[in-house]
Amino acid sequence: MRAVSTAETAPTIHPWAIHAEALKVRAGRHLAVDGLDLSLATGVHGLLGRNGAGKTTLMRALATVLKPAGGRLTVLGSSVDGRADLRQARRSLGYLPQHFGYYPRFTLREFVSYLAWLKEMPKRDIPAATQRAIDRVGLTAKADARLRTLSGGMLRRAGVAQAIVNDPQVLLLDEPTVGLDPEQRLDLRELLRDLGTDACVLVSTHLVEDVVAACTEVVLINEGRLVWQGTPTALAAQGDERHPGDSPAERGYSALLRGHHAEVVR
Amino acid sequence: MTTHPTLNDIDRYADGDLGLDEATVWSIEVHLESCADCRARLAGSTTAESRALVAEVAAAVDSGIAAGPTPRSRALFRTPLRQRWFVATLLPWVAMTAGVLGTAALLTYFLSELPSIVLLLAPLAPLPGVAAAWSRRGDPAWELVIGTPSAGLTMLLRRTAAVLVLVIPVLAAFAVLGPSRANPALLLLPCLAFTAATLLLGSLVGVRRAAIGLMTAWAAAVVAPSLVTAELPVLLRPTATGGWAVVTVVLAALTLLRANSFRRLTSF
Repeated sequence: MRAVSTAETAPTIHPWAIHAEALKVRAGRHLAVDGLDLSLATGVHGLLGRNGAGKTTLMRALATVLKPAGGRLTVLGSSVDGRADLRQARRSLGYLPQHFGYYPRFTLREFVSYLAWLKEMPKRDIPAATQRAIDRVGLTAKADARLRTLSGGMLRRAGVAQAIVNDPQVLLLDEPTVGLDPEQRLDLRELLRDLGTDACVLVSTHLVEDVVAACTEVVLINEGRLVWQGTPTALAAQGDERHPGDSPAERGYSALLRGHHAEVVR
Repeated sequence: MTTHPTLNDIDRYADGDLGLDEATVWSIEVHLESCADCRARLAGSTTAESRALVAEVAAAVDSGIAAGPTPRSRALFRTPLRQRWFVATLLPWVAMTAGVLGTAALLTYFLSELPSIVLLLAPLAPLPGVAAAWSRRGDPAWELVIGTPSAGLTMLLRRTAAVLVLVIPVLAAFAVLGPSRANPALLLLPCLAFTAATLLLGSLVGVRRAAIGLMTAWAAAVVAPSLVTAELPVLLRPTATGGWAVVTVVLAALTLLRANSFRRLTSF
């Protein structure tokens, strides 16, 4: 049992957890996100797109790591573009980067607590929050193992643990299912559904089946722009037998991308 | 604190008397949470049934504690873990700096016609360490760290301070024990000025690039000419001390003004 702070009980006055208008973000010199409009509320959102569609750059901008080159970006009601103060938004963010760097000599518990400390959690809450995050990703038995002794899938889950340690309201996971075995993927989907009940979770992935299974909404981007946004059922309804794919959702995915491509060419 | 409930009410509460209305039960419960005396009274009025339940729960909790893992000592969370990691990362850089300064001291000793090479290189001594402390190569978890609320100038200054704490004693040792017996102010002030300059420039182009740029510029503009002419440059003569102090303060103040830019990846 813990005390509930006034900040937690305050009514939300922002309609969207993530709101981007004509967002432009550079990856190096290349404009990887180019005029993206996106509104995301509570729930699990699957971010789909080809390689180089701008998924990772978008994730980095949402995680406030990259500064947008243009447009407006609001996370949890506070503006995070330009010279804005990022601290407030960052406290409620969880982020798993695509290439997840870690300190090999830290134990999992030390690593997650260090990140919790960096996220400015109250000191006395850190040990319990750390334990809870590690339990939720199913690494309880490995809590005191050094990170360099963990396998690829375990490291991915360790990354998810550090992302959820501060009970984020916006959780950004860049390809969390890479390196997970089928059983662990099922567990992760379960965890995502659980987290999505009261937070805005954005999961970037290449696996259409993961999105259909775990997400309440699909966001499809191509060449830095939003192509389509809707429920997984609506995605499946987009395609028919003529489109490539092994499942209705995959056929819908390729139908939408082809349609967009044809539009761009014209 | 709410008023104490009567003993009669407590008895009825302990009994689970259905005649007691909900509002009274709530107010008794709220009061019990904050009043040890009334809890003691409640303990006296419990029925055999509730005592048996409490005993059963206590036994279950005890066996759970006995079967579970031993509690971790809290000391782990108090040890300054980040410093431990950090010092381990920095040690190679400090060792390198000490090695370079040692070589410089030896050269100065044997080539007495040249100006003190230790003095010439001292301004650059903390820069490799600072660059390592705030760069993507030095910190494997950079993408996680830069996205947290604590990322920013405070964190950079903390890391820079760690570098200086390791480097300045080395410099001071060379100043006092070295063959040239250089003025300590002339060793330390340029070193601080260059650190501040690295941070300021780093807010624009990234700390690592700033450190490399400044080291190259100083080596080309001051170190090389003074080795060729075998004369100590004006910048490192005792008269320049005041100038270095002013420059350090101005650069530090400008860095503080640009504090916000250290929250983004561009400075990393």
